[in-house]
Amino acid sequence: MSGAGLRRAVVLAAVVVACVLPFVLSNFRLFQFTQVFIYAIALLGLNILTGFNGQISLGHGAFYAVGAYTTAIMIDKWNVPYGWTIPVAGLLCLVVGFLFGIPALRLEGLYLALATFALALAIPQILKYFEHWTGGSQGIVLSKPRAPFGLTLNPDQWLYFVTLGVLLVLFVLAANLLSRRTGRAIVAIRDNPIAAQAMGVNNALYKSLTFGVSAAYTGVAGALSAVAIAFVAPDTFNVFLSITFLVGIVIGGLASISGAVFGALFIQFVPNWAQDISKAAPWAIYGIFLITFMYAMPRGIAGSLRLVLGRLARLSGGTRRVA
Amino acid sequence: MTRRNIIALALSLGVGLALVARLAVAADMPGVTATEVKIGHTNPYSGNASAYGTIGKAIAAYFKKMNDEGGINGRKINFVTYDDGYSPPKTVEMVRRLIEQDEVAFLFNTLGTPTNSAIHKYMNQMKVPQLFVATGATKWGDPQNFPWTMGWQPTYQAEGHIYAQYVLKNVPNAKIGILYQNDDYGKDYVKGLKDGLGDAAKKLIVMEQTYETSDPTIDSQIVNLKNSGANVFYNVTIPKYAAQAIKKTAEIGWKPLHLLNNVSNSVGAVLKPAGLQNSKDIVSTFYLKDPTDPTWQNDAGYKDWLAFMKKYYPEGDLSDLGNVYGYTVAQGLVQVLKQCGNDLSRENVMKQAASIKGLSLPMLLPGVKVNTGPTDFYPIEQEQLAKFDGERWVLFGEIYDASKK
Repeated sequence: MSGAGLRRAVVLAAVVVACVLPFVLSNFRLFQFTQVFIYAIALLGLNILTGFNGQISLGHGAFYAVGAYTTAIMIDKWNVPYGWTIPVAGLLCLVVGFLFGIPALRLEGLYLALATFALALAIPQILKYFEHWTGGSQGIVLSKPRAPFGLTLNPDQWLYFVTLGVLLVLFVLAANLLSRRTGRAIVAIRDNPIAAQAMGVNNALYKSLTFGVSAAYTGVAGALSAVAIAFVAPDTFNVFLSITFLVGIVIGGLASISGAVFGALFIQFVPNWAQDISKAAPWAIYGIFLITFMYAMPRGIAGSLRLVLGRLARLSGGTRRVA
Repeated sequence: MTRRNIIALALSLGVGLALVARLAVAADMPGVTATEVKIGHTNPYSGNASAYGTIGKAIAAYFKKMNDEGGINGRKINFVTYDDGYSPPKTVEMVRRLIEQDEVAFLFNTLGTPTNSAIHKYMNQMKVPQLFVATGATKWGDPQNFPWTMGWQPTYQAEGHIYAQYVLKNVPNAKIGILYQNDDYGKDYVKGLKDGLGDAAKKLIVMEQTYETSDPTIDSQIVNLKNSGANVFYNVTIPKYAAQAIKKTAEIGWKPLHLLNNVSNSVGAVLKPAGLQNSKDIVSTFYLKDPTDPTWQNDAGYKDWLAFMKKYYPEGDLSDLGNVYGYTVAQGLVQVLKQCGNDLSRENVMKQAASIKGLSLPMLLPGVKVNTGPTDFYPIEQEQLAKFDGERWVLFGEIYDASKK
């Protein structure tokens, strides 16, 4: 089996397992996996920007918040069905991200990181300021959606499938985007902006567009989280959320699509394990996990898996030749 | 017997057994065994609000003490507490873990207004008690719409009520100037005052000023209030701005009756930075015994608390009011469990929590009592006023009851 074939088989198996899970796991576990999918979408968004395009963002929690609040306000104030609010949240974040990407063009590396960090710092206060819309620090309480069309799924199973569906669509779109011309241009800008320009890539346009697409992904994730948690409040979208996203993409694997899923698993479950191991110092344990992962897998979980899969493919190829 | 028959028999047996098991569970009480009652809790042990973490630790320590003494009605308390970092989604996750996986009997003293808001609906849909929540918002006492949720401490509105009663009784020709934070916390306080003043509110309140938490200073608001001719200053601000307000009133020589909200009456965090001399004669409210107040040095309740802290929570800060709070709310729950007797079903826990009559607890101020009823989900509504004498708060006057009009 070739490397690419093996990878395709693994992805297919993962999707099949994901479809079976709702019928074997408890509702609480399903809720956790729904969170994992939501994080995975957000992480993929950030990874497109940081991993593929080389622009560091410490402020993606802000786009997550914009997405979440767009959905919450539309449901709460205008009674829009939640399904319609998710693409709207994505589009709005696309525009906001694109607009933020324009001034960000003048900022490189760490300076951009700082500018986006300011965004993350500001968002909770901005949300409290527009109290009439956002409900201030009390937030907005929503209702959990039920399964439509008389499907015999409970709300947790239904939400799980909705999120899984959105995740698959967005992942396929991202894979297509990144494996073609556009993707090569995005990566070329990261690797050598001058060479990219010389090849005819419009750096400014591509960079702002990447910012927009990245924000749109994260915004969709935020919108889904508002539906899944059925509550939004400024305290959710603190600086720590943005940093958690960055941790997720680095642990999962920079510039890797599957890395987003691994990163999401990490940021969802490892803090809980850390708490189970030690009530006294959970964040110290978390730190140890973090260091261990970075030490053992410097290219992230996805990077290490790619190595293993590659070796496996070569091994199986090798034995065939011998036989 | 044919093979098909055997299978049919096995199947029907299985279904029958499952039904019986289900009935047994339904009659049972989740989270309760003959020797144990499992109670769930969330608290910010990490993050921005981690200063509150000590409340959870004090509660856990108190339950350990109860267990060492044999438990309640022969049952030990298994207190399961998780860190939510004050983040509502984490609270939802942890609470679902507590209820669906750990299968606790009920939740107790979950901390924070946004965090409790996030689980409010869920708890009431699941019909699991969300008992004695640790927040001052007013919405927790709504038995009609949320019969499974109950508050604990005096609410912001209740406190506003108390100031209103004091002003109506003691300040003839009052002209009230208000400074409040422009959010639900500030508005709750103002609503309490206005409700307490009743029809007189329009006449007595001469000016309302607001600020945002992003404002660098509130100097101009203080000057405006002074110029309005107010002789009562209702100061609804968080510690940073409270200190600024106290300083500024002294600076410009404005000497109103200064009513300072309970949120900011810490001597160390507010009055010292503002200047103790400037803080003289400010009036505020209290309902717990302040462990740093020498008045209680020989008080039996204080001595018990001190002994408890030394034995069960030696690393806890003896000047932190959070440790008094945790100790007291845990005692409140113990009373509920005692009242429940052997019936620890969720319905009965709620029913007993809503029938506490005139309960005094050792670290509540003398005269402050816990009272609840089927339509009264605000356990503590009494507070006493204290005046700052330039060194410490001195309690004075009667116990005020916010539930009285």
